[in-house]
Amino acid sequence: MADTYNEGAGAGADFDLSQFYQIFFEEAGENLDQMEQMLLDLDLSAANDEELNGIFRCAHSIKGGAATFGFSDVAELTHQMESLLDRLRRHELQPVPAMVDVLLDSADASRSLLARHQSGGQGEAVSTADLVRRIAELAAGQAPTLSAPVPPAPAPAPAPAPVAEPAPAAAPAPASAGGAARALQIQIGPMERMEQADAIKELFRDIAGLGTIEDLPATVPQTRLYAVQTSSTDDDLLDLFAFHVAKEQVQIRSMEGAAPVEPEPADATVQAVSDMAGGAPYGFFPGAPGAPAEQQAATAAQPVANAAGARSAAPRTGDAKSAQMESTTIRVDVKKVDQLINLVGELVITQAMLAQNSQGLDPAAYQQLLAGLADLDRNTRDLQESVMSIRMIPMSIVFSRFPRMLRDVANKLGKKVDLVTLGEATELDKGLVEKITDPLTHLVRNSVDHGIEAPEDRIAAGKPEHGTITLSASHQGGSIVIEVRDDGKGMSREKILRKARERGMDVSDAMPDSEVWQLIFAPGFSTADVVTDVSGRGVGMDVVKRNIAALNGSVEIDSAEGYGMRVAVRLPLTLAIMDGMSVGVGNEVYILPLSSVVESFQVNPDDVSTVAQGSQLVKVRDEYMPVISLERVFQVPRQDQDKSSTIMVVVESDGSRIALLVDELLGQHQVVVKNLESNYRKVANVSGATILGDGTVALILDTSSLVRRARH
Amino acid sequence: MTVVTQSAEVAATGAREYLTFRLDQEEYGIDILKVQEIRGYEPPTRIAHAPEFIKGVVNLRGTIVPIVDMRLKFNCSRADYNSFTVVIILNLRNRVVGIVVDSVSDVMELSPDNVRSAPDIESAIDSNCILGLGSVGERMLILLDIEKLMSSVDMGLVAVED
Repeated sequence: MADTYNEGAGAGADFDLSQFYQIFFEEAGENLDQMEQMLLDLDLSAANDEELNGIFRCAHSIKGGAATFGFSDVAELTHQMESLLDRLRRHELQPVPAMVDVLLDSADASRSLLARHQSGGQGEAVSTADLVRRIAELAAGQAPTLSAPVPPAPAPAPAPAPVAEPAPAAAPAPASAGGAARALQIQIGPMERMEQADAIKELFRDIAGLGTIEDLPATVPQTRLYAVQTSSTDDDLLDLFAFHVAKEQVQIRSMEGAAPVEPEPADATVQAVSDMAGGAPYGFFPGAPGAPAEQQAATAAQPVANAAGARSAAPRTGDAKSAQMESTTIRVDVKKVDQLINLVGELVITQAMLAQNSQGLDPAAYQQLLAGLADLDRNTRDLQESVMSIRMIPMSIVFSRFPRMLRDVANKLGKKVDLVTLGEATELDKGLVEKITDPLTHLVRNSVDHGIEAPEDRIAAGKPEHGTITLSASHQGGSIVIEVRDDGKGMSREKILRKARERGMDVSDAMPDSEVWQLIFAPGFSTADVVTDVSGRGVGMDVVKRNIAALNGSVEIDSAEGYGMRVAVRLPLTLAIMDGMSVGVGNEVYILPLSSVVESFQVNPDDVSTVAQGSQLVKVRDEYMPVISLERVFQVPRQDQDKSSTIMVVVESDGSRIALLVDELLGQHQVVVKNLESNYRKVANVSGATILGDGTVALILDTSSLVRRARH
Repeated sequence: MTVVTQSAEVAATGAREYLTFRLDQEEYGIDILKVQEIRGYEPPTRIAHAPEFIKGVVNLRGTIVPIVDMRLKFNCSRADYNSFTVVIILNLRNRVVGIVVDSVSDVMELSPDNVRSAPDIESAIDSNCILGLGSVGERMLILLDIEKLMSSVDMGLVAVED
């Protein structure tokens, strides 16, 4: 089988594609189903462009995928289908029933070939040679019959006899260009490098009026066989081809007008089929299970060439036996999953309520009930976990976009960069995946742009010419950590400090490294000219940090000058669930995102000082921070006037800290984050709501807006 | 079959069904198709800086739903919360909102003949939000365009466009 598409497989050399096989098989299956449906619905006398385009797209997607994954047999077959469909949709050919038949057969064959690939190459491959030839004939505008039972159509497909005088209606068909169009069969080779032969095809594409070219199955190894329609003379063609292949390697044979198929290709088909059968386990025993289908297909080849009307369904019988493609996944609307998650959340709350109410029961008297409740507890937890896992998708989805991007950026900058990805199987909530892609892209681009040095600089520094960027993802506790690491020049502590001082930022030489690196997240620190000779990594870093903070995540930087840098993004596993700290004010309960809580302490009235306009400051370990009373911010009604808030919770956001004054700390737990805006509107200082164990609603505080409020 | 003929009749005459409820002494009617369910009152979670008639939000099977007390909105003299207080959950253009009323009376079918346009009077309700007055025997119903009423700016349920 020709390996025309193997160049696509080259992409797999440095990148493991096998993880995407399953996705490809599913998509291809869906595309085949869709194509089959559309083919069956196709109204031949009035096929509209949309339908034809739809069918074409299906074939095209399958071909693209198959070529990428190196399934050359499928790619070859679908390529042929695509060529035929392409001519149909460009109205160069009039659809005839034979085309639908052959396309349907080809779809079946593709399906069985895919099933074979999916099962790891078990079972015998269906021969596609015959189908390829039939499609090629149809695409070349030749009815695969002698007696041409083609239905009369306004613009009849160029039937074998009038090839020399094509119907004027078939205007764009190149065959009409010269008036003396000839059908030729051109064999190229044998030769070492078949790409050169493929270049011939490019010629036909590039030179207008030259004619059309279609692949035919090659009979001899290391050769290519083409069906060509052209009005040029043999000599002209040879001259043209001489750019790519030597004259001795080209054989031009005329295909006698009326007989579209020379004996040779037919023989070749049989040959190919029997080769295939020979290779199959039962090949030597004609009566063995695998053989009959192949033989039928082989014998079918001859009649098909002669009378399309009487075509037997032989090729299909072979497919009936072939393995069905197994579908191990289903596609479900995200809404349905979210609804499921909602319902399970409700169940968990109900379960918590039952557990709470049953606490006072006498274990001896209610043994069975309590045992049942314990079971319920366990089952709901398992159920919740399973349901949450539905929304999880692997990081490979995010990582897969980087090789291409990196290649483009590196090419543009003239740098040499290798990408290493680790932990692609790490799973992350779908919502997070969508939101993390942009910040990650930014970080990776920064690494190539400013981290990795130019090749000559790297060699001068004694490093390998190729820089390496490592993307890794891993689970750590209840969060996921995504790292972008490079072995570039890293950041210079001194220069960052100097720039910070120039900008009037409060820095000291005694600052620990970690704090120095955090400086690059300061807004405005990010313009490239500020840090050009350092690393320039500041470009948009504040945006990256803000985006990640919005996902309740954090960013850590680690760098060694001359050795590279590491940016670690830590994210919660899901947006739907958050670690929260519940605090009580009056009779109300509020939730603080645990990720922003730094510490909490019992306040000593002496530590609180009041400054102008009544705003308060508290001194915590030599640092003054503004105090915000939740009671005042949220106008909490007080029944008990004697009681007052005495506990402070220090929260941090965007690098600044404030102290929140609350009555009591109630506990830490995971909360399901609900949207308040879907039925109500945005509430100041509140980021969302959640449902507590007793079924009531508690508001989740937006710490970053509270901090902004205090600071300005 | 009766259902079919009945609905055909409804379509022919343009009669619509209204859920009626009481606020103080007055009886109101709203389009039944906007009503999702009716449930008892449970104390909602207060929202700071919200208008007085927005009581807060409750958890309705996992959805956070704001609760509006119509009695406060319409300046009724009394607004007690007891075991008879009723919340009508409305489904308006993909938004779910609960309204607190004194009691729900029944479901009535009104043909356009029975609906008269409302006189232009000063009231707590924007006259644009009143579809008309329906008369059923001795009773008079104030028919509300509940969707318009709930989405009006002074209701405070939707964010004011900047």
